[in-house]
Amino acid sequence: MSRTTTPPAASPRSRTTRGPSHGPAGPDGPRGPRTWIGAQTFSAGFVVKLVLVGLVDALGVYGVLASAAQQQWGVLAFLVAALLVVNLVYFSRRAVPGKYLVPGLVFLLVYQVFVVAYTGWTAFTNYGDGHNSTREDAVEAILVQDEARVPDSPTYALSVVTRGDELAFAVVDPEGDPLVGAAEQPLEPAEGADVEGGRVVALDGYDVLDFAQVVARQSDVFAMRVPLSDDPNDGSLRTTDGSAGYVYASTMVYDEAAGTITDTTTGTVYTADETEGSFVADDGTALGTGWRVFVGLDNFTRVLGDASLRGPFVGVLLWTFGFAIGSVVLTFGLGLFLAITLNDWRVRGRTVYRSLLILPYAFPAFLSALVWRGMLNRDFGFVNQTLLGGAEIPWLTDPVLAKVAVLTVNLWLGFPYMFLICTGALQSIPQEVYEAGRLDGAKPWRMFRSLTMPLLLVSTAPLLISSFAFNFNNFNVVYLTTEGGPQDLSAPVDVGASDILITFVYKIAFGGVNRQYGLACAISILIFLIVATISAISFRKTRALEELG
Amino acid sequence: MRRSIPVLATALGLSLVLAGCSGGGDEPASGDESTQPAESAGTLTVWVDDTRSGPVKEVAQTFEADTGVTVKFVQKDFGDIRDDFISQVPTGQGPDIIVGAHDWLGKLVQNGVVAPIELGDKAGDFLDVAIDAMSYEGTLYGLPYSVENIGLVRNNALVSEPTPDTFDALVEQAKAVGTEHSVLIQQDETTGDPYHLYPLQTSFGAPVFATDDSGAYDGSQLAMDTEQGRAFAAYVGKLGAEGVLKTTVSGDIAKEAFLAGQAPYMITGPWNVGDFVDAGMDVSIEPIPSAGGQESQPFVGVQGFFISAKSENALLANEFVVNYLGTQDVQLALYEAGGRAPALSAAVDTIADDPVVAGFAEVGKNGVPMPSIPAMDSVWSDWGATQVAIVNQQGDPGELWTQMCASIASKIAAA
Repeated sequence: MSRTTTPPAASPRSRTTRGPSHGPAGPDGPRGPRTWIGAQTFSAGFVVKLVLVGLVDALGVYGVLASAAQQQWGVLAFLVAALLVVNLVYFSRRAVPGKYLVPGLVFLLVYQVFVVAYTGWTAFTNYGDGHNSTREDAVEAILVQDEARVPDSPTYALSVVTRGDELAFAVVDPEGDPLVGAAEQPLEPAEGADVEGGRVVALDGYDVLDFAQVVARQSDVFAMRVPLSDDPNDGSLRTTDGSAGYVYASTMVYDEAAGTITDTTTGTVYTADETEGSFVADDGTALGTGWRVFVGLDNFTRVLGDASLRGPFVGVLLWTFGFAIGSVVLTFGLGLFLAITLNDWRVRGRTVYRSLLILPYAFPAFLSALVWRGMLNRDFGFVNQTLLGGAEIPWLTDPVLAKVAVLTVNLWLGFPYMFLICTGALQSIPQEVYEAGRLDGAKPWRMFRSLTMPLLLVSTAPLLISSFAFNFNNFNVVYLTTEGGPQDLSAPVDVGASDILITFVYKIAFGGVNRQYGLACAISILIFLIVATISAISFRKTRALEELG
Repeated sequence: MRRSIPVLATALGLSLVLAGCSGGGDEPASGDESTQPAESAGTLTVWVDDTRSGPVKEVAQTFEADTGVTVKFVQKDFGDIRDDFISQVPTGQGPDIIVGAHDWLGKLVQNGVVAPIELGDKAGDFLDVAIDAMSYEGTLYGLPYSVENIGLVRNNALVSEPTPDTFDALVEQAKAVGTEHSVLIQQDETTGDPYHLYPLQTSFGAPVFATDDSGAYDGSQLAMDTEQGRAFAAYVGKLGAEGVLKTTVSGDIAKEAFLAGQAPYMITGPWNVGDFVDAGMDVSIEPIPSAGGQESQPFVGVQGFFISAKSENALLANEFVVNYLGTQDVQLALYEAGGRAPALSAAVDTIADDPVVAGFAEVGKNGVPMPSIPAMDSVWSDWGATQVAIVNQQGDPGELWTQMCASIASKIAAA
């Protein structure tokens, strides 16, 4: 109904805003040049605008500089584009709708589009434990991890020295003789060294750096390796804190041109495999640290093709539907029943009852779920001990009862909401239709079926659909009440009888076993497709209801 | 003024967005030491949790005064540190130093986010178990600061005879007291609690993983997939049938029951004993008696400090961690703050007159570091769920145990 009245109401409003002849710009308006960035009058409003956009620009430029310093080119490009758009829109006289839309659009881009796009992209990669970063990082990590201190080698008291710009280490060896060496120059006896307190404090031809100077060049000092001798197998001297030197030898050698890492102790050659994102040897063993690569549809085909995942996935999917539909039906049923009961003027103390019924809704859901978990404890819980007289019913450990338990907890949490919306909807049904019904001789049940329900559904159906979508992803209730348990001991993945899709995804992405963000994103996308399809179909169906109204 | 409303909204909105986008970008100085004047030596970022922040901040003040370096603290929930560190280090936004637990190490190394550390001769000053725990495949990655393990806590008001040597005798003695519970071992109805049952499991000679010559755990060899493991499973089933072990006795319920004097014994760690002492109870810490004939070895957890693999202040970070956080004063201050026994031998000796700490340290001498290999992550869920099923008599213990070992092995192979 409201749709037909909107355009006439909106048009005068938009005319007044668009017209240049209102407000402070009035006198100049009609004669002003019709350009995008037109001449402006310096009214109060304009000054305020100038200051605010100036602030935004200042922040933006700061952001651009910061992202350039961090080499975040994507963020930088976005900021530049956003700043251009903001300035064009707010200093232009034509882009009036833009002035209203830009703030929202920017938020939409950052918080929705970006997140969705990132999830989508991750679903096509092997991102997860062991595939965390780039190939360069992986190589660096592997080399550093396998560089070990030579067993039983002594600690050298070390001073960082420079000759011109070149760094060198001056050390005192275990015999007390001073030595000096640099990256390209193995350790050799230091001539003219002044040793004090067991370390070199002055050396001919070199400057000895103090701690602040060492820190100023710490990356170079940290990366520096001074060979002990001409034979690389003797290892090299390095320091991690600028004052103590240790002899290290690495067992892994990276050949950048060939893309291989060789273990010098065993002779095994590990080749970079860009489809796996790991260094793999001929016998199939891979080095522990890998990198992120694009894996195409692998994650999706694994969900549906890998028997070890497909079985649990289908089981969880069915229960997710059962849980979501069951939750909506139960909460709506109880909420409607209570709403109709308390809507009857013959019930006394209705306000008290209504306030009490809101209580479960007013409590934080996660707290209620935890309290319920305690109350459902088989031996010590309130439900078994007090309500059922000491019965040892395994609410949380039996596969069927665990499902009943999460539905019950969700019923407790959800019915007040349904009660509220049903009460509202009931009160908006005009009494005349019931009068007419009575005149036609309808009995109460007939009136409920033919009048109350259809009229009620007009306003509540969209809410029921969104409630379905919400419960489809109702992580809190399931995870906090049962943790998805009891676990299916025969399943090859971590999955329990009361797990719904979103808790299943959580276990894959963040649970104990090897975290697989890529796979979790792929399942999230499948969940989205399911919920979106069902919602779209349902909303289409509810149009039929609206025609009743 | 009408026009200024959306402008205002945009300004606020954009500033928020920009603040979000440029998060972490407000410290361009930290990474770029070449442009630094020598007197301002740089910035270190440290992630700590609530209990550790106090003492660490005190050390940082001394460090700042000595070196002119600024130490920036970010307080985080202990449980979040590992995952945030793994995801942030590759982006270059991570901290230089974190406080963490040794069993994170496998994941940290696998993801290449943690750098090896060199203690040099200082390594000998720490408890061996602490250094072992902080090492991964022979390389040391963290500076240990505390060691913790569980033990048998005894309520001296309820039992006067000495604690027996075998678990069966212990249960008998505890039952004779006539309290509601005998020996409290906390469990969870859905996830069990293999950690608190582990001393009993090792007393059957069934550790989780086999160890190689160097003492490192071998993730490909499940040492509990043996007859000893099945014997332990049968024993757990027996404890469940007798009602000694109940999956419904959660940590909270067990603690309350012990506080209320409803049990003479409880297997728990130092984190609960402080409250027992505060409540005026007379408790002593005993070794956990053997159930299967061999020594019962609890898991030892070690906490310490790790350095980021991509720290641009690696030298400073090493200096701070090795030469400042590794001192006796700091170890003692952290002990005061957290109640956990220090990892530095000299620090342990100075607090030997604390019977609780000394008691747990004594039990911990027989302990084994909890495996830090990534394969360990694949173990917990099946392990706990199977123990729940065994305690609740939901099948033959031996068969459930065999099925569990097969499932764990396939998960480790797939990971």
